[in-house]
Amino acid sequence: MAERTIETRKGIRVRVREAGSGPSLVYLHGISGLLDPEPLLDRLAEQFRVHAPVWPGYGEEEGEERIEDMLDFTLHGLDVLEALELERPHLVGHSFGGMIAAEMASLASAAVDRLVLLAPYGLWHDESPIEDVFATTPFHLSKLLFSDAEQGQKVLTAGLDFSHDGALTDFMVSNARRLGTAGKVLFPIPNRRLSKRLYRLAAETLIVWGSADRLIPPAYAGHWQALLPHAQCEEIEGAAHMLQAEQPAAVAETIAKFLRATDGASGR
Amino acid sequence: MKFTWFNLMPWPHLPDDFREKHRSVWVDIPSELYDPLEGNRVYNEYLDQLEYADSLGFDGIGVNEHHQNAYGLMPSPNIMAASLARRTSRAAICVIGNSIALYNPPIRVAEEFAMLDVISGGRLVAGFPVGSPMDTNHCYGQIPALTRDKYYEAHDLIKRAWAEDEPFAFDGKYNQLRYVNCWPKPIQKPHPPIYIPGGGSVETWDWCAAHDYNYSYLSFGGYIAGRAMMDGYWERVAAIAPDESPFRGAFAQIICVADSDAQAEELYADHMLYFFNRCLHVAPDFSDPPGYRTIKTIKAGKLDQLRAESQKIFANLTWGDLVDKGFVIAGSPDTVRERCEDMIRSLHIGHLFGLFHMGNMPDWKTRRSTKLFAEQVMPKLRDIWSADWKDDDRWWIHPYEGRVRAEDSLPGGERDAHAHRIAPESL
Repeated sequence: MAERTIETRKGIRVRVREAGSGPSLVYLHGISGLLDPEPLLDRLAEQFRVHAPVWPGYGEEEGEERIEDMLDFTLHGLDVLEALELERPHLVGHSFGGMIAAEMASLASAAVDRLVLLAPYGLWHDESPIEDVFATTPFHLSKLLFSDAEQGQKVLTAGLDFSHDGALTDFMVSNARRLGTAGKVLFPIPNRRLSKRLYRLAAETLIVWGSADRLIPPAYAGHWQALLPHAQCEEIEGAAHMLQAEQPAAVAETIAKFLRATDGASGR
Repeated sequence: MKFTWFNLMPWPHLPDDFREKHRSVWVDIPSELYDPLEGNRVYNEYLDQLEYADSLGFDGIGVNEHHQNAYGLMPSPNIMAASLARRTSRAAICVIGNSIALYNPPIRVAEEFAMLDVISGGRLVAGFPVGSPMDTNHCYGQIPALTRDKYYEAHDLIKRAWAEDEPFAFDGKYNQLRYVNCWPKPIQKPHPPIYIPGGGSVETWDWCAAHDYNYSYLSFGGYIAGRAMMDGYWERVAAIAPDESPFRGAFAQIICVADSDAQAEELYADHMLYFFNRCLHVAPDFSDPPGYRTIKTIKAGKLDQLRAESQKIFANLTWGDLVDKGFVIAGSPDTVRERCEDMIRSLHIGHLFGLFHMGNMPDWKTRRSTKLFAEQVMPKLRDIWSADWKDDDRWWIHPYEGRVRAEDSLPGGERDAHAHRIAPESL
């Protein structure tokens, strides 16, 4: 996929991966960043013009110190849409990217066409606590995020061998930047009262969960639907929190089917 | 050389199979392991020991802050310090310290530290730790990547609250206060000595050097392993501060004194192993929430603590390992003096925080070790820096000469016997 760097109105430089043609689709990645490769994006690019910006703290570009809370993240997301010069794109957000996407659609409903949330953070229910990714060592992350931990470790570390100190340090530096940044809206409880604002969310919405998600239990799909009664829900078998990496074909097909549906057939 | 007697106040009854049954001594240790009735005895015994150290001539007595931690039963060190302030009248009360990013608003620390300084007659040493990730992030919910920023703001607010004589407005990022007005004010001017306890964040070195604060390296790794960290600090001091007074630095060291080296092992080995094997059983999951350590510190840091195999090191330590590697300085008064001198010179420290009670050590052993140190070791190390740094008291307390002393006060009882000291007959 091609990459370019845009600059937002705030002056934050953002790397964006882009490919494909068709209706515009912006993909907001989750806590582990944009994988390389990210097979879901390749699949989506077969039917859509895909733009995948990298969150501050996740890529080589800096600027994460200028994003401190939920409103900063949300405005940054909207700034990115503006800098991409897109007319009401579809918005797909995974994990903490889904949390921000839902907030963007709640605050600025005119900026987004349809919304897809892949295992989004953002809600909290005491009876189904979300696992604590901030109390998980690098050695155990893949067990938490993937249904196949061994394969997940390879995906997550791009083949780095943790028995070498240099590789482990590199991973810890990037992990500290990534989760340190996401932690501003996820730590210690990933609830920034988004539920109070979801009444504003007017976009037709699809919620997708990996049936084996150990980080955010699939029960949360129901909690989302309770707040978004018109949203559709789909479950993907053989996938945990990193459903986009584990079942890219199934996830892409589910998303495309929803986004391609005739107006009105897919929600409110 | 200044000597401070420190007690972590551990819970002494962790079961033999603690490591096997529980993942961590800190954060999520079940509180059913704590017995409040036994706690009554334990707290009072530990406070008595601190008062005993004062009576033996230690320069300071020290307490610190931990939360949800079975080796540190002082969620509020200020409560301990308040008790000590009333029952002692000579030693510095070293609160090392209050995790100022946790107090909302942190003006509370300015007030409580001022109270302690006033009650004790100007004997407070004020510690401002950033706080461990276990305490700060996991127990008290601070966002890791913002913790240090919040800490700096709290520091600025407290310093200013002590300095200003008029109310002022404070428009901070984490604290907004329309009327900051610290009542009471501390006795020591411009403020009590400020100590920054650190665990090895490189940013802290520069910050201490730039503010002329004492840097206290607190670890349980002992003075041999501590050398690299203190060297790092002194390099920054040389680059930033006007001089390299050893009193800019403090170090915490476990010390056990007996009549002979062999007797030290006999008396103390089991209690040290209790501490290292059970009390330091902290889940690596809690040690490094992403965002807490800066990138600079991660790159400078060691990875050992994260690796699964390294977790077993403490479990397999022997007394020989503890002594040889300097985790513990133990032995006869001569042995301890020799090794302490090596520590003091190699780390270039003017303040020693001596950890004399460790793990499940009974009271009589703690007192025995403490007394031997005070009588046979301390006097011989006292003047170690006198040649070059005599009278350098910039990092020590300046008590009020006319302060009320414990021996002069009237704690309850029949006041009639002292009526002549209380009020004229006419009242």
